[in-house]
Amino acid sequence: MTNEIHRSIEEFEELELPLDAWHRAKGARMVSFADYLMPIQYEGIMAEHLWTRENAGLFDVSHMGQVLLTGIDTDKALEMVVPGEIQKLGLNRLRYTLLLNEEGGIVDDLMVTRRERDLYLVVNGATKYNDMAYLLDELPEEVVISHLDERSLLALQGPKAADVLTSLVPEAGNLYFMQAGQFSLDGMNLWISRSGYTGEDGFEISIANDDVEALADRLCAHEAVKPIGLGARDSLRLEAGLPLYGHDLDDETTPVSADLNFAIAKRRREEGEFAGSDIILKEFPDKSALVRVGIVVDGRQPLREGSDIVDNDGNVIGNVTSGGYSPSLQRPIGMAYVPRALSAIGTQLQAVQRGKPMTATVAAMPFLPHRYHRAPKAG
Amino acid sequence: MSRYFTEDHEWIDVDGDIATVGITDYAQEQLGDIVFVEVPSEGKTFEKGDDAAVVESVKAASDVFCPVSGKVVEYNGALEDDPALVNTDPEEDGWFFRVRLSDPSELEDLMDEGTYKKYVKGL
Repeated sequence: MTNEIHRSIEEFEELELPLDAWHRAKGARMVSFADYLMPIQYEGIMAEHLWTRENAGLFDVSHMGQVLLTGIDTDKALEMVVPGEIQKLGLNRLRYTLLLNEEGGIVDDLMVTRRERDLYLVVNGATKYNDMAYLLDELPEEVVISHLDERSLLALQGPKAADVLTSLVPEAGNLYFMQAGQFSLDGMNLWISRSGYTGEDGFEISIANDDVEALADRLCAHEAVKPIGLGARDSLRLEAGLPLYGHDLDDETTPVSADLNFAIAKRRREEGEFAGSDIILKEFPDKSALVRVGIVVDGRQPLREGSDIVDNDGNVIGNVTSGGYSPSLQRPIGMAYVPRALSAIGTQLQAVQRGKPMTATVAAMPFLPHRYHRAPKAG
Repeated sequence: MSRYFTEDHEWIDVDGDIATVGITDYAQEQLGDIVFVEVPSEGKTFEKGDDAAVVESVKAASDVFCPVSGKVVEYNGALEDDPALVNTDPEEDGWFFRVRLSDPSELEDLMDEGTYKKYVKGL
């Protein structure tokens, strides 16, 4: 048995989350992730995963970076380094977008919300300082970048999330998917968006570090809510087909190869003029050599990140970037980068994991249908 | 019959020159929900410390080392259909494989139950 979990804890001096003691009191096993000690699981990944799909799970994602852009024309400025339509993003609306480098590679993936006085960004925990340094370099001086490190972030996800949250904050029930707003509870100031990383309906709640424990307790007092660790967060997002930065995306993958064309807005394609746009627009919509696909693995053994996709002669032609066991589907699933010619749904793939040949089939993503609370279509 | 333990959280039951190998309750708890176990086939020979089996949880794969040198005489076929046996009964029905010992003196390097319990407490 290898003992990587113990080793990794000894190697670094990690930061503690504001809820550190709360997690331990709930029985969490803490591991090092993105420079923080974080709860990997409480009662077990399988049980926590299925609980979230059927009830409501509470995730502490306070390691993520909450960043504000203030000043003049922040939307135009941000568009220099992302391919999304930010100028026409409505008030209190969120958009998923990608921070890009000059080579068209993905520096990070993030959510942007237009608020009355600022653009509010939520970026990945492991990349947040790098992101802020990059923005500082690339954006004009008129844009002020501030790190909201005095605020925590909780996610409440699952089919019962809305019942739970509206029992405390009734007005939050008016939000649709990818909408956000300012709310209050017992004098606590909450910034709530209807969004998440599980494929379920749910909310992400930004709250002062000093108040986060009180809110976590209020939410967990509800019988439908259990705290959920990083392990289930990963298996939930994988079933939802959502890429994980640093695994399925990195600074050498382009949005087109990552199958994230939806994040390249029409006006931005026509105008270009964003970091890496020359390279990305040449690839758009389907000219990248490799593309990210979903895979279902034959048999019961998961095909893990780092395994090779090979051709008939054993040459490496692609690689697996996420792989695990799907608790909902009871079979191994994953994501891989494969040549375009092998990316159609149903294509058989050959893989090699630690020297052992395995087979998989390209599958549609999400692996489980999303259950977002979308706004009714106008008209 | 005597039971030995390794620092890598395997247990070894020795009966004559046959050793049964599995992973400890501590190990299964660390791994979490086990979804797949690959056990070695009969006739395979291992040196002490060789990779002998793979155990996969929802999250990660871990190698199980052969704690003693020998030749595999039997593997636990029940784990193919029910890998969760390793979670529910790690130190009995969740055994992995049996080897015929080629060098019984290797057992002297292993821990007894009391020493292993102390070792786990110190982790």
